[in-house]
Amino acid sequence: MPQFGFSISQPRAVNLDTNDFVPAEKLLRELPELQSCIACGSCTATCTAGNLTSFNFRKVHTLVRRGEYREAYEQMDKCMLCGKCRLVCPRGINTRAVVMKIKRELGDYQR
Amino acid sequence: MGKQVVIVGGGVAGMQAALSLKARGAEPVIVERGDRLGGKVAGWHKLFPTFTPVEDVLGPMLQRVQEAGIEIHTGAEVEALVDGGVAVKGGGRFSGDATVICSGFDVFDARRKEEYGYGIYDNVITTVDLERMFNEGHVATVQGTAPHRVAFLHCVGSRDEKVGAHHCSKVCCITGVKQAIEMKKLFPAAEIYNFYMDIRMFGPGYEELYRRAQLEYNINFVRGRISEASQAMGGKVQIKAEDTLIGRPLKMTVDMLVLIVGMKGGASNASYAAGGLVVADNGFMQPLDPFCGNVLSGKEGIFYAGAVTAPKNIGDSLNEGSAVADRVAEYLKL
Amino acid sequence: MKRNTWQEYQKEVADDNYYYLRSCIRQNFFPGSEKAFVKIIRDELGRNIFDDPAHTSCTGIGYHSDIVLHETIMTVVARQFSLMQDAGLENAAVSCITSFGIYTEVLETWREFPEVEERIRENLYKATGREFYKPRNLAHTSDIIFHHREAIRDRAKYLLVNRRTGEPLRGVEHIGCHYAKIFPKEGIGGVEFPYVLAGMIEAWGGTVVDYPERRHCCGFGFRNYLVQANRGYSIGNSQKKLESMAPYKPDFILTNCPGCGMFLDKWQYTIAEIEGTTYGEDGKGIPVLTYEELAGLVLGYDPWELGLQMHQVDVEPLLNKMGIEYDPAAKYLMPNGKYIGRPAQAAVNMGVE
Repeated sequence: MPQFGFSISQPRAVNLDTNDFVPAEKLLRELPELQSCIACGSCTATCTAGNLTSFNFRKVHTLVRRGEYREAYEQMDKCMLCGKCRLVCPRGINTRAVVMKIKRELGDYQR
Repeated sequence: MGKQVVIVGGGVAGMQAALSLKARGAEPVIVERGDRLGGKVAGWHKLFPTFTPVEDVLGPMLQRVQEAGIEIHTGAEVEALVDGGVAVKGGGRFSGDATVICSGFDVFDARRKEEYGYGIYDNVITTVDLERMFNEGHVATVQGTAPHRVAFLHCVGSRDEKVGAHHCSKVCCITGVKQAIEMKKLFPAAEIYNFYMDIRMFGPGYEELYRRAQLEYNINFVRGRISEASQAMGGKVQIKAEDTLIGRPLKMTVDMLVLIVGMKGGASNASYAAGGLVVADNGFMQPLDPFCGNVLSGKEGIFYAGAVTAPKNIGDSLNEGSAVADRVAEYLKL
Repeated sequence: MKRNTWQEYQKEVADDNYYYLRSCIRQNFFPGSEKAFVKIIRDELGRNIFDDPAHTSCTGIGYHSDIVLHETIMTVVARQFSLMQDAGLENAAVSCITSFGIYTEVLETWREFPEVEERIRENLYKATGREFYKPRNLAHTSDIIFHHREAIRDRAKYLLVNRRTGEPLRGVEHIGCHYAKIFPKEGIGGVEFPYVLAGMIEAWGGTVVDYPERRHCCGFGFRNYLVQANRGYSIGNSQKKLESMAPYKPDFILTNCPGCGMFLDKWQYTIAEIEGTTYGEDGKGIPVLTYEELAGLVLGYDPWELGLQMHQVDVEPLLNKMGIEYDPAAKYLMPNGKYIGRPAQAAVNMGVE
């Protein structure tokens, strides 16, 4: 093959036609209140880990709900399980349980 | 014989204004351009946030209008404001001691957002079309199949510089949530996505319905505006948006794309402007002020009620129908 | 497709007396296209067109790559208008989409900021002693072919119809971004449902297939191509389009922009080499044509005289479908009979000898 000096860039778009929703649906069946997230960002604003790292709980669980699981497992390693996010959530989401479910279910999608 | 009041438009605001004025001893005359009373509401199926059938609201109102013996002229489209009344197309005038303009709004023409292909692509419809399908009792794709995936797009014709609409049409958010739930009830296995920029739930019970849409009906809310739609194979529609909450572009194909069309100022507003009234920058009529003068036009003897001055829901339009009767009664010393 | 909105977007296209503004890159990419344009306009349609050897590149590629200043390119454009004035013509016919975008942008800038126009007049006068008037009509040459599409149909020797089945051939059209995405009013049919190329395909007997990524940019993007390491973006975008159109089994791709035609053609080769993926029938590529080349085929011009041997993806499958008679042996011969050599076999060309 000729050497072109570049490769074909892959699209960044989240493709909802091809993503696998089975793990996301399982998560939502067990923690249906996650669907009521209004993306206020309170969880991330108050997050102990997020003050020190790029950990963004709101963003990671939204990615998971769109069927984008890569890195979610490792991301959850950053959580210190302090529980402050659950206290501030205006929708009453059991955020710690979401962290634990992601740890339990999405180990196959490590980087 | 009481004093005559010309009411332009027989929608909910006009009917309520007529009923309230009649109760105060005036003789209201409804001049309606359509062939029936009820305005835009009459084309709807069920009403947010309670899923109340339209006939439960319009039926009793129409009956009261009939029982009150209010004079009605349908098929009469106002062409100009004239001294002491209005002139209608094809000749003819209606005169009174006061005029109340309740001619409402126009629905945004979704064809103007060409990137969505309304009127060109199969299975791109508007909220108005969907409401008609609900009324006809048959919701299906053009190909005759049940939709598996439906996307609703909020703010079509609202908050959009490109179509000259900076305003928020106010009722579309809750309409989108209501219709998403209705679709989910009709097609429980379907995936429903609502693409929004902000969810503006201004009325009682609206925010609660939004929460139920998320929790009980599994409606997916994606914060991002669909940038374009294209026809995909088999009549499907491909859409592109950014999921702004994850900061990545997103694409998907759906069986049906519903454009949640906004409200714009009525086409007849230009003729009111020619008659000396003020059209606001947003295309709706400009009331004297947004507070105590919200049903006054600033011109003696001419009043407003309902969505002619701004996007409003049914309750707000009914309230203005009553409020305007107060101000007309004051003016006519009833 | 119920592509009915195009009629609401019309623009004036001059019928005769064109001042031809050639493209710098088209003459290399599609060497027969501009020659065919002059031949069609002058010989077939009997119109007056002045092909001026004195005009230069519009410098648009340099401009879009941040090496030519705005002021400089406006002065270059002013000089072209001055040459047009010398020729006594008023209708500018622009061959390149990048140039067309530049000309429309410059004219719009001058309309909005007359003081800029004054400054450019001064620049040009100081540099060359020239003065200029602005064109009465500015059209892209695809607009002009569109304008004459019925007259071309009347003279057609071949139609876009499959000779064997009688079915219309399926074309996808790709419009250069700077044709109407900068100024939608400058495009026939507007920007979302442009009709300039679709109208040609339909007028000449073919059918237009729409596909989801029709509006997507080919990915050229000037500096995204010019810098080697960035070419992955460019080819990624072309691939997105090719993947989207392939299921519709198009017989050809029609373009009106030199960059798009080049990349939709050449990237098919590169993708096949890198990934082994091809998008046409029988593991081959999808032929890509310019509108002059397509018009030339319809008018019965010799495909090798049109320069079709310079394409990466072989056009023979399309020629065969249209029933065009051609001499396979003459493909790599110059008009004087000299052999120009043939390219090495590549995946996109497999099976064509």
